[in-house]
Amino acid sequence: MPKVIKNVGCPYCGACCDDVEVTVSDDGKRVLEVKNVCAIGTQIFMHGGDHDGRIKLPRMRQPDGTMKDVSFKEAIDFTAKTLLKAKKPLMYGFGSTNCEGHAAAARVMERAGGCLDNCASICHGSSFLAIFDNGYPSCTLGEVKNRADVIVYWGSNPAHAHPRHMSRYAIFPRGFFTGKGHKSRTVIVIDPRFTDTGRVADYYLQVRQGHDYELFDAFRMVCHGHADDIPDVVANIPKETILEVAEVMKNARFCNFFYGMGLCHSDGRNHNIDIAISLTRDLNEFTKCTIMAMRGHYNITGPGAVWSWQFGFPYCLDLTKKTMVHMNPGETSSVDLAMRDEIDAFINIGTDAGAHFPIPAVQHLKKHPFITIDPSRNMASEISDLHVPVKICGVDDGGIVYRMDNVPIQYRKVVDAPAGVPSDEEFLDAVYERMVELEGEGFI
Amino acid sequence: MSTVTLTAKGTHELYLEAYNVTPDAFAGKTADEIAGLECHEGNRKGKLGEYFDIDGNGGETAADTQIIVKGNCKKIKRIGQQMTAGEIIVESDCDMYTAGWMKGGKVTVKGNVDSFCGIGMAGGEFIVEGNAQNYLGSAYRGDWRGMTGGLIHVKGNAGNDVATFMRGGKIIIDGDAFLHVCTHGEGGTVVIKGNVESRVGGQMVKGDIYVYGQIKYMMPGFKYVDDVEAEAVEGEKLTFAHYIGDLGERHSKRKGEIIYGNIYLKK
Amino acid sequence: MSDYIIKNGFVFDPLTGIKGDKKDIGIKDGKIVEASEVKGGKTIDASGKTVMAGGVDIHTHCVGPKVNVGRLMRPEDKLFRSRTKVGNTRVEMGFSVPSTFATGYAYARMGYSFLNEAAMPPLHAPHVHEEIRDTPIVDIAAMPVMGNNWFQLEYLKNRELENNAAYTAWLLNATKGFGIKCVNPGGTEAWGWGMNCTTIHDPVPYFDITPAEIVKGQMETNELLGLPHCLHVHPNNLGNPGNYTTTLDTLKLAEGIKPNNKFGRDVVLHNTHLQFHSYDGTTWADFESGSKKVMDYVNAHDNISFDVGFVTLDETTTMTADGPFEFHLNRLNNLKWANTDVELETAAGIVPYVYDKNIKVCDIQWAIGLELALLAKDHMRCHLTTDHPNAGPFTRYPRVIKWLMSKKARDDLLHSFKWSEKVIAATQLESMDRELSLYEIAQMTRAGPAKCMGISNMYGSLKEGTNANIAIYDINPEKMPKDPELIEKAFSETAYTFKDGVMVVENGVVIATTPKYTVWTDVKVKENAIVERDIHEKFAKYYSVGLENYKVFDEHMHNPRAIEVDATN
Repeated sequence: MPKVIKNVGCPYCGACCDDVEVTVSDDGKRVLEVKNVCAIGTQIFMHGGDHDGRIKLPRMRQPDGTMKDVSFKEAIDFTAKTLLKAKKPLMYGFGSTNCEGHAAAARVMERAGGCLDNCASICHGSSFLAIFDNGYPSCTLGEVKNRADVIVYWGSNPAHAHPRHMSRYAIFPRGFFTGKGHKSRTVIVIDPRFTDTGRVADYYLQVRQGHDYELFDAFRMVCHGHADDIPDVVANIPKETILEVAEVMKNARFCNFFYGMGLCHSDGRNHNIDIAISLTRDLNEFTKCTIMAMRGHYNITGPGAVWSWQFGFPYCLDLTKKTMVHMNPGETSSVDLAMRDEIDAFINIGTDAGAHFPIPAVQHLKKHPFITIDPSRNMASEISDLHVPVKICGVDDGGIVYRMDNVPIQYRKVVDAPAGVPSDEEFLDAVYERMVELEGEGFI
Repeated sequence: MSTVTLTAKGTHELYLEAYNVTPDAFAGKTADEIAGLECHEGNRKGKLGEYFDIDGNGGETAADTQIIVKGNCKKIKRIGQQMTAGEIIVESDCDMYTAGWMKGGKVTVKGNVDSFCGIGMAGGEFIVEGNAQNYLGSAYRGDWRGMTGGLIHVKGNAGNDVATFMRGGKIIIDGDAFLHVCTHGEGGTVVIKGNVESRVGGQMVKGDIYVYGQIKYMMPGFKYVDDVEAEAVEGEKLTFAHYIGDLGERHSKRKGEIIYGNIYLKK
Repeated sequence: MSDYIIKNGFVFDPLTGIKGDKKDIGIKDGKIVEASEVKGGKTIDASGKTVMAGGVDIHTHCVGPKVNVGRLMRPEDKLFRSRTKVGNTRVEMGFSVPSTFATGYAYARMGYSFLNEAAMPPLHAPHVHEEIRDTPIVDIAAMPVMGNNWFQLEYLKNRELENNAAYTAWLLNATKGFGIKCVNPGGTEAWGWGMNCTTIHDPVPYFDITPAEIVKGQMETNELLGLPHCLHVHPNNLGNPGNYTTTLDTLKLAEGIKPNNKFGRDVVLHNTHLQFHSYDGTTWADFESGSKKVMDYVNAHDNISFDVGFVTLDETTTMTADGPFEFHLNRLNNLKWANTDVELETAAGIVPYVYDKNIKVCDIQWAIGLELALLAKDHMRCHLTTDHPNAGPFTRYPRVIKWLMSKKARDDLLHSFKWSEKVIAATQLESMDRELSLYEIAQMTRAGPAKCMGISNMYGSLKEGTNANIAIYDINPEKMPKDPELIEKAFSETAYTFKDGVMVVENGVVIATTPKYTVWTDVKVKENAIVERDIHEKFAKYYSVGLENYKVFDEHMHNPRAIEVDATN
């Protein structure tokens, strides 16, 4: 009899829908059907379990350039030795790993004396820089659902990137004080492109690409009593529109800004978010206002949380001194380290640096030992010296993940991984034990 | 004054962190003792003597100690970090955090410097004869206390994020800067003799910015008030268009009058 | 596991009434035993040293989401301010908001063994338990915040105490929590709309209940259930001049309420960080100490207790579920501000703060904290905290002890202030000669908090049969040092700390870790269909997380140590 598992968390985006129903086969090895998931989430569930497409053994590059299956023991040994030999190894990724995996990775890299970074480095890292400088007045998604009557999506397009975000949390749901759902909310979309999210907007502002910072400044001028001094047009938006939208925000009962890559990765990056935070604070003089980053992967908030409590920094950690930790994105961020050729061994885990990093960065990394830990083949795995397959977190492994609003969600295992395939945590713990053993034997 | 000459051997494969190359660390030490001071190449703890030929002894105090660094320092970080007195002259390019958190003395770099140089500076003088990369005279991540004193003079260009959270002191850039000058500024003076792309004085509470060239995109929060004559750099009396702002930011009052940040744009 | 005899130490154990007698203590199988029962164990020479039970912190923000935002948002709190790691431990990062490892080790070095995390947002409970796992050595309990919870606002408004109790029991079980914490009752819900409740009679928007009704109802609920700890309250109007009246109004709500529990607890209301609630004056300009007015009341009413929340004059990070307060503070100091409103439950705000000794208000706050402790008549009801990290980091407890034990130490500091004359005029501290004894320090730091939390059968005592959590300080009560700095030094780093019988600290260095426990309260109540229905309804309609994913999974609970409470009758 196929079994239905309810209340399952989805391992796709930062919205972390936890109402998924998964039907699994009699033997517990295959996902047969999923409900309450977007098209992308469905695909991830279908990848899990024990089937022919899964890689079941580590693959090691041979002198002739081909890949050969090796045992997990060999893979553990190779990884441990690579880390111990390196002067400045980097472990990067964690877009699809549970928090138990993040903690295990931290222990390994602290012992190895290397750098540790997550995908925020090329994504919402600029949000962290803004939080460092200006704080983060935010709330949980349920607050938005129950209270918010003005929703701003700025530089983000949930219709494509977070498919159920609008329906579960932000625009359509009927909450305690928002019983009329969509009708009780005003939606403002600010984006250089007219996106599918823009289609549900009451106000759509086509800001000039790269000039969001100026538009924020204009909104802040309204809050600080300088509306009259706003130039006639700011960032392609006419002054009248700015004044009208500012009044909507000021007169909200509860206003929330959701922002995405449009702010994080256009000119000024962190400063766009920094000034958005300043505007949020200003609006709290008039009403209630909060702001939230549209974090991408389902648990990319996780490493930021785990490493903050373990080391005090969410990403870009330099553990090379072993007695203390240093962090300074721009220096200790993965792409900068790679572009400047500061690294002499690289572990790509739960992501695809091969596809996401600039070519010169990958070329520098490729000069040194290069390992990928990931359930699937990707561009990084194909140029690696070693590819270690692991369980898919959220499908064949459970664990804690952090939603985009920092709320921890407990994920469930729904199917069995192929026999012998470890979780990230199990593999990394084994690497740690092997490093301790090798150090005891006087290796290095 | 005693002079210690370091010549980089170029023996480091990765970047070298030479946080002990300061008059403070060298003071009262012989060349041999200096050679024994710690540095880091990645996770390997090394000694300065492994990476530099060292000639001469330190003076009695930091103020009595001059350090001349020769050889290729392009991949050496943290020279002059947290120094309080004395002098360092680097004859080549050097890397990040040069003169970082400097409290006194003088650092001269004859070539270019990378990012985060003069970060958190509290006093002293830092001269760069070439270009500087990003975050010149800026604050460390999260610190609201950026540059609080001293002088930085870059004879070439600077990158993004000059003088973030500046509260005091002076930065002079003879060439251009790009995005973000004096963001969150709360004091101090920045003089840019070339052009700036945009975002000059964003979220600025207080402080003075002089630009001799063009600002391609002026912040909407800055408002022209009058023309003034001023001497941004000693001996250069010029006429400037005076703007106040950032009008989108908070400002304090002194004797009933609101204190704004100022941009002076050369006429 | 080794057995030990701790020989010839001066023992201070208020729970058994030992006041500095020379006494040998035995450790066998992780428990404290009569010294004669230990055969062939190791001997620790404690002659000339002070022996106390492991410290118990009744109110600290050491683990959880807002602590972690404090860590995340303050890289500068680590810059040149972290301890360089020694030995085979994990790295220790951060000054005012230390990493979990730094927290566990630092508490162990000070001789502590039990911490009460003062504010767990229920929705974030799995996060709290993850951090507990990563905080070495010390046992931790966490109190779910319940002063603004929608279920409870509705039950208490309708005076449905049984239902409120059933929900409370359910929530403690779901979150693996320890007791009932109220922060700015009603005011934090008002903050959901950007508003606040600054007196105990301000109605909460929409819910139409007052803070007074919430506090009183939660106190009654607590005694109805018979929980180990009493209601733990952070009253309304924190941190404002003249707020001592709100504090007295809140304390008076306990009049006539009697403790009902089997854990040896005598009080029904614990007012946390009383220092922040003992302010007189009307503005920051005429701000002055209200400590005497508050302490006159506290000394005369023995069913209430408090911890102080001493200001330590450091740069620190304030963090509280009092969301509106943090917004207000941010408008005063203009530094960065983080806030998290938590659906149906609570909120949190975080702002860095510099208690500058050159600022008059900060010095008066410092003096008020000390006055409260020096005016207290019963130190079993007056506990040492800094509301870590709000009034200062917990690592300053030894400094606070120095000030409490040495008039010279506090006078030297008082007279070094830039505005010392104004500070002296606004406070009574200069006229106070009292110097607390080691016995009173032991009451404030272990016996009192343990009794108030109903855990004195496990913590805070050297009674035979309790867990062998022991701190040995290098201070001789017969030859108290003339230099007060030596008092601070002795309490900063123990000669030895034992945790569950394992020597974890030797000469101030962490040498071992041991399994540590998560303490929670497992309350059995009668089945309650109404409450079950309400829970299902609220989760279906208003929460953004499913009910089945909200309750902490067993595998995310680490070394649980449950306190059983049967409230079915």
